[in-house]
Amino acid sequence: MSELFRRDPRAQAIARNRLHPKHQRQDHSPVYGPTGLLRKNLHIIGFIGSNGLKRIDRSGASNTDQLGSRRSVSATNAVSLPLHQVPEPAFYILVILDLVSGRLNGHDKDTLGLAQQLANRNNGGGVVVTVAFGELKDDSLDKAGVDRLIHLEGQQYSTYNPEQRCHDLQGIIDELVPQHILLPDSINGGGDLGRRLAAVIGQRPACAVWKLNEETVICRGSAGRSDITRPLTQILLVMEECAEPISETLHEQLLLPQQPSEFTRNKLFDQGNTSVDPNAITLGEAGFILAGGNGINDWAKFHHTASVLGATEGASRVAVDDGNMPRDRQVGASGTWVTAQVYIAVGISGAIQHIQGIAQCDKVVAINTDEGCDMVKRADLSAIGDSTEILNRLVELVEQRKQTMNESTSNDQC
Amino acid sequence: MINVNLSVISLVSIGEHPTSGRPRRAEQDARAIELGLKLVGDNLHILHAGQISEDESQQSALRSYLGMGLSEINVLSMLEKADAVLPIAEYLIQQKPDIILTGVRAEKGESSGMLPYLLAKQLGFGMVTSIADILSIDKVNQQAEVLQALPRGQRRKIKIDLPFIASVDMAANQPRQSAFGPATRGKFSVTLGGTFNDLEPSIWQTAKAKKRPKRLKIIKANTAAERFKAATAKATGGGGKMVHGVEESAQAILDLLIEEGIL
Repeated sequence: MSELFRRDPRAQAIARNRLHPKHQRQDHSPVYGPTGLLRKNLHIIGFIGSNGLKRIDRSGASNTDQLGSRRSVSATNAVSLPLHQVPEPAFYILVILDLVSGRLNGHDKDTLGLAQQLANRNNGGGVVVTVAFGELKDDSLDKAGVDRLIHLEGQQYSTYNPEQRCHDLQGIIDELVPQHILLPDSINGGGDLGRRLAAVIGQRPACAVWKLNEETVICRGSAGRSDITRPLTQILLVMEECAEPISETLHEQLLLPQQPSEFTRNKLFDQGNTSVDPNAITLGEAGFILAGGNGINDWAKFHHTASVLGATEGASRVAVDDGNMPRDRQVGASGTWVTAQVYIAVGISGAIQHIQGIAQCDKVVAINTDEGCDMVKRADLSAIGDSTEILNRLVELVEQRKQTMNESTSNDQC
Repeated sequence: MINVNLSVISLVSIGEHPTSGRPRRAEQDARAIELGLKLVGDNLHILHAGQISEDESQQSALRSYLGMGLSEINVLSMLEKADAVLPIAEYLIQQKPDIILTGVRAEKGESSGMLPYLLAKQLGFGMVTSIADILSIDKVNQQAEVLQALPRGQRRKIKIDLPFIASVDMAANQPRQSAFGPATRGKFSVTLGGTFNDLEPSIWQTAKAKKRPKRLKIIKANTAAERFKAATAKATGGGGKMVHGVEESAQAILDLLIEEGIL
């Protein structure tokens, strides 16, 4: 129900008309004295006005509580989804999630959606068991369709250790004997782990699955140029948008206790990420872009800011045409379509071609002198003012922050 | 940094152009050869599993690898539909290579990307996927350092025990051009591979890829008012915060960067 204020004109008319046959009945509780006389409680009549004096409104117009006007209360209650329970599972569907930085992403949710489809087809009875490795920050797993959760935690899972994970999964598969094993066919680890697992347990996986029919799946073959329709397999590596994510049911998310398996035959050793020169990253791939446009006077300062922030540099068409930036740095319809997580547009007014190019960016920050420009309308955060001054101040703040962080770490070491 | 003691085998396949569908040098395999040439120069050993087709375009696609400066390609001859894993594994066991390079996935056929994993299982080697470069090889400790390509242009350094299999990502160095002269002069040395038939794909139906339907935005509204709102509401563009003044602006941007985990 909505929270709309609903007026009942008829009840209000009755309340105003003291001669109306139904008028009396609107009183809360008529009190009769010992002799049978009606006693009026003067204290509940009227209300205290804004000047602190008691007012009695004979018209009844202001006394809205009793006038048949009501505010629905159900809207304020949190929407409670029906709980999907499977006390005695007939079979298991195993899902191994990517959980990039401990959170579910769209690909994970779609995978869970497909797993629930598999668990509930042909009269259902299946249970979706989800395996999560490492830190888990997301608390919405129950809403995404997780019936059972196996959470393997430990120091070793914060690094890239596909061999250990594969060994753990083998143990889980031996124990549960799942009907299907689903992984996101992604570059965030799911594709790699799934293929490793398939090779180890000797099952031929269906890779790049994008549709499930009754007993067949459709996969993308030939690096995306053909569709292969093949029977359902045990291991499915699924693409994004293979199924609708779960949104209408709540799931139990019961924790199945499981310990990491003993594995010492590692051949791979993660040495951590290396620092990458931000300008070596192609613009379409970059996660953090600082783009400059016509409004920049001091390009040296702009480059300095980008290097301090560790941002990949981008530019609008005007900046490229004027020769301030190379052509391969152009963002927009005639340049590169970017997918950055954070995009800072400095002195870019926001031509439609440019706005198109940044359509997939998560957070857009505009630094501009003009409050009314299109970029400011698109931006999640707009800073109005002189770009050089703002960038200078930003560089100072970032350097201060770096310094304090360095000091704190050096203090820790002492 | 050419290492003479090292034995590197690169597996090549015939690719397919994404638009015209013509046979071509597979992009990732060519990058694998480029990486192999960087490691061992002329000692790079190339293996192709399949037939030497009479078809001109098929053969020229295979010859374009020779045009990168190689003298010969070893061909394990087998039918196009045969299962290549066991014959290749047998061949590799005889060769005893230190490093085996492949592409991440083939450009035609099933292109599941399983081959390196299956070979690693058969040979008992370590396997690292989508590498961009091999940084160093330590023959004494039998370890190598490789750079793995991650999303968003990030790189991860991995130490891996020799011998190993690596699949080469598109992030690796661009392959050199293929020269026509060396391509025609190069030789194929053919050995008979096994005949393991792969029966499963015969029951699959393959068609040209259909365009995937765009996901619809499903509006879940219980009341007319909510449906009306969903249908008429403009895309929320005006949700942005606006700040004035240099100090406040810089602070707000810094806060956003910290919140997004960039700094």
